[in-house]
Amino acid sequence: MSPLWPPGLRFLLIGLPLAWLAVFFALPFAMALAISFGAPSDGAPPFSLDAPGLAAWRLLVEDPIYADALLSSLGMAGMATAIAAVIGYPMAYAIARAPARWRGLLLVLVMLPFWTSFLVRIYAWTALLRPTGLINGALQALGLIEAPLQLMDNAFAVQLGLVYVYLPFMVLPLYASLEKLDPSLEEAAADLGARPAAIFATVTLPATLPGLAAGALLMFIPASAEFIVPEMLGGPDANLLGRAIWNEFFANRDWPAAAALAIAIVVLLAGPILLFQRLEARR
Amino acid sequence: MTGAARARLYAILGLGYAFLYLPIAVLVVFSFNASPLLTEWSGFSLRWYVALLDNRRLVSAAALSIAIAAASASVATVLGAAAGLALARLRRFRGRGALGGALAALLVMPEILTGVTLLLLFVAAERVAGWPAERGALTVAIAHATFAMAYVATLVQARLADQDPALEEAAADLGARPADILRSVTLPLLAPALAAGWLLAFTLSIDDLVVASFVSGPGATTLPMLVFASVRLGLSPQVNALATLWILAVALALLVAVRLGGRRHD
Repeated sequence: MSPLWPPGLRFLLIGLPLAWLAVFFALPFAMALAISFGAPSDGAPPFSLDAPGLAAWRLLVEDPIYADALLSSLGMAGMATAIAAVIGYPMAYAIARAPARWRGLLLVLVMLPFWTSFLVRIYAWTALLRPTGLINGALQALGLIEAPLQLMDNAFAVQLGLVYVYLPFMVLPLYASLEKLDPSLEEAAADLGARPAAIFATVTLPATLPGLAAGALLMFIPASAEFIVPEMLGGPDANLLGRAIWNEFFANRDWPAAAALAIAIVVLLAGPILLFQRLEARR
Repeated sequence: MTGAARARLYAILGLGYAFLYLPIAVLVVFSFNASPLLTEWSGFSLRWYVALLDNRRLVSAAALSIAIAAASASVATVLGAAAGLALARLRRFRGRGALGGALAALLVMPEILTGVTLLLLFVAAERVAGWPAERGALTVAIAHATFAMAYVATLVQARLADQDPALEEAAADLGARPADILRSVTLPLLAPALAAGWLLAFTLSIDDLVVASFVSGPGATTLPMLVFASVRLGLSPQVNALATLWILAVALALLVAVRLGGRRHD
């Protein structure tokens, strides 16, 4: 009998993706770390490493705009994740308990928006929310309001946009863990006289906690440094991390500051990322 | 579950779908509006679709994006399939933790971090090694292949987890050579996951604005970059028409993918 996976093949299967990730995933972050100790310059590229220093890091610590961006970003992403969990849990539950022949279609309907352009979906909300948009137009036509409501360019719109684009990320892992949960467990609890709220708290929720955690991390981590949503819905004053990097880079052309910010965000997100890795590895 | 509880649950599900689809439906409907305004309907018209096809810059950006998406999806499928196979079928190997960890991190990494760090790599490599000589389609395709391979690997791993390794072991017991097993047993099993992975990688690439904005160069404007530039200035009825075509194409591709992915036990 020949070995199923001979050494040459093993080497290829492991080495190819690992080498690619080393060059195009690990090395870029090492490069960003190095450049964060440089200084902006007028040349091309617009930074210099001739006299390494902590100027970019000092800027990050001393200018309160970055701490402010950090706090609002984590707050926004956390709040949006909580709202998405409250909406997504009953949706996933309803799909998991729907007749088997409908489940596939119901799941595809959740996934379809995720496959559709992120940019276009956020643009669609601007069409609804802007002062001359559909919602304000309808409310004015009905005579309910006289002047248009300020529905976008504020924190509400950013939160709405985050919940909207990341909701499928919440529903899919929740569905996967709810589908594995045997309904007879809940029925047994009900037969023994437990109230619905008690059943949920003691049977359903504990069994689906890994799915809830996976969904929450899958949403919270990318949402905390989202760019498109605050850019399109947050208005000029929305000071969030994704935008801060973009502005350092394109507007201020301060590459060391952008690099330092990127490294700082990765370090801050390291905990949630490690937790997500462990959930994925256990799957 | 009582009937009332079930009804409440389905009501929430319905509202959830309404939330997901309302904005998309508005775009589709207003892409056929003769007026550029969203507040009034002035009759059915295809003028925005006609204008779209006349828009030279848009058509060439779309062609560029399609080429980048096809190339990066193909690379991502090869890399993701290798990684998924290694993680699902090779039990112990050095670097397993690094491979699985890096792929999981890529799945959740905010795009802006991938974009900015990759650009810094490309700039430094150009300075040190003279490669890549310029940023454009190639650097965008490399960046897209990198984040998309994590999605392909996830799909491949999920597919292999459902399949019994005994099939491959039986082929080996019967004396088949490893290359033959891979070609005639493992890859056919994987085909649906590879097709779905390629399509997902393609749509992720063609939709990406943030990473491309960083790693592209002056000569290479992708479709999302062009769309972003025009919607930033305000509403653009042509974008409604483009979005409608986009949604149609994605719905068709997804139908194909579900068909392929759904054939589990044939």
